Amino acid sequence: MGSAGRGLHPRFASMFTVPTVDVLVQGIISGLLMGCIYALIAAGLSLIFGLMEIVNFAHGEFLMIGMYTAFWMYALFAVDPLLSVPICAAVLFVVGVLVHKGIIRRILSAPMLAQIFATFGLGIFLRAMAQFLWTPDFRQVSNPLVQGPVRLFGISVGLPQLVASLASLVAFGLLYWFITHTETGAALEATAQDRQAAALMGINTERMFTLGWGISSACVGVAGAFLASFFYVFPYVGSLFALLAYVIVALGGFGSIPGSLVAGILIGVIEVLAGLLIAPAFKYVAVFAIYLVVVLIRPQGLFGKF
Amino acid sequence: MATAAAAEQGMGARRGLGLGGIVFIVLVAAALAFPVVFRLPYHRDLAIRILLYATMAQAWNILAGYCGQVSLGHAVFFGTGAYTASALQMHWGVNPWIGLIAGVAVAVALSQGIGRPCFRLRGHYFAIATIAIGEIIHTLAINWDFIGGARGLTLPIKQDSLLAFQFSGSKFIYYYIVLALMAGCFLVTWHIERSRIGYYLRAIREDADAAQSVGIPVAKYKLIAIAISAAFVAMGGTFYAQYTLYLDPDSVFPLSLSILVCLLAVVGGVGTLWGPLVGTALMIPLSEWTRIQFGGTGSGVDLIIYGGLLTTVAVFQPTGFVGLVRRWRRR
Repeated sequence: MGSAGRGLHPRFASMFTVPTVDVLVQGIISGLLMGCIYALIAAGLSLIFGLMEIVNFAHGEFLMIGMYTAFWMYALFAVDPLLSVPICAAVLFVVGVLVHKGIIRRILSAPMLAQIFATFGLGIFLRAMAQFLWTPDFRQVSNPLVQGPVRLFGISVGLPQLVASLASLVAFGLLYWFITHTETGAALEATAQDRQAAALMGINTERMFTLGWGISSACVGVAGAFLASFFYVFPYVGSLFALLAYVIVALGGFGSIPGSLVAGILIGVIEVLAGLLIAPAFKYVAVFAIYLVVVLIRPQGLFGKF
Repeated sequence: MATAAAAEQGMGARRGLGLGGIVFIVLVAAALAFPVVFRLPYHRDLAIRILLYATMAQAWNILAGYCGQVSLGHAVFFGTGAYTASALQMHWGVNPWIGLIAGVAVAVALSQGIGRPCFRLRGHYFAIATIAIGEIIHTLAINWDFIGGARGLTLPIKQDSLLAFQFSGSKFIYYYIVLALMAGCFLVTWHIERSRIGYYLRAIREDADAAQSVGIPVAKYKLIAIAISAAFVAMGGTFYAQYTLYLDPDSVFPLSLSILVCLLAVVGGVGTLWGPLVGTALMIPLSEWTRIQFGGTGSGVDLIIYGGLLTTVAVFQPTGFVGLVRRWRRR
């Protein structure tokens, strides 16, 4: 019954300390930056939920595959994570399509229990597979293209984090533009709103579902590649990000893409503030408590449609 | 599926003692004789763990399988049972049997506190909420010094006796205690399946709105289901604490334990009487075997099989192994 390799450890010494303004500003900035990446991860989850009301419990493992793809591109072919972004996106797109074709397509009208455990089992499988193939070791891209801190207005910011969050914002913008300004995007939106009506309008809904899974997974592929340039890569890395993504999707409103951007950034900041103001060990307690409060008091989230 | 099971039972009653009855008696005899025949601590420990997990899987099955409320945080009740009894014993020298009852009381109270607000949530939202609660309580336990924090609690070793709930000499009596616990949970589930409450729970699972509209008090019966479920898991927790005499948050509260419990029930056959027991009896030895074959827990081969089976069962055989056998028997 071992724990799942999480980094929560008590730090009694630092409990309830009051941070200085510098530390606070620094923390908020880094929370904002991480929040942008969280938002991109959550957007993929939200897209799928909006499209077919299925929660992908293997979403974190998709992210893990994205990170490992970036890592192995670096370790084997010396391709920097930033340059393997398109490769990661393509690999994950294929993974998403395969998962839809192999699993999701068959459980669309299955009972809730089957829907939950189909993707849940996939998550366990992928995690254990990664551990079997690549060992539980924590790996790191040792000499990435961008590294080290930069100083902006007197605040020190990690350059990889800055690049990753800006790129996540760009990717997020592209996704939003695609959904709102292209014909295919409109077809996706139509399928999300009413599957049957969309089918009657001549939209091939099955193709839309496949595309949705591809795009959703490609989002975490992009996020994974950027994360790999500054974050450790290990089999269980996806679990934490996925749990945060569920909270973000709930806060932003299940199915709302813009909602996940606002909620992602909020959660990024709240996580840091809870860590600084209460105790590092309690930052996820705060995040999970927000999930409970949101779903119980405002189930539609901040921007949800229903 | 439920009607098929009822028809099967009916047929068994008419023929007197059917094949099912004979299998049942053989199984009971085998369960009773097991520790007499198998004397190695390893075998007895394996059997004890199977029975403990089967109890938890069955308890989970009452809530998720029959009532359709998928909890991914059942370790909360396990940890509550383990910690309540142990903390009472450590701080005030309370007898572990009284601790067991106290653990059940605390777990049932907690289950009502969780259920009352969270049962308003549908499907996925509820499942994620139970993960969130599980992780919150896990983190709080790690940081609560009164119950030992991350270091955990080491229970004092006492003279072996039934009263002290300690038998360091052999696993013999532990085996019968956990067998009784499993049998109790099994009988309660059996009773639920055949009585009005079982029909209510299944109606809620199939369509809560429809159940409400025909006059079933949906909220009340969901709370009853989670109370029964929590009570048995908490008893399992106290047993675990007395069996290992050591507990820490990462061994009784982890998400991985919650998931394992669901997995055993789902693979065996969720919403069936025998599913959790069959699932546990298949999966736990399988996990042991892969550990021997591939060495160590680090390889995670058992989890590859677990995860793969879970998805396969969910997609192709939602009634699990039990459903597969039933389908095969009907041919």
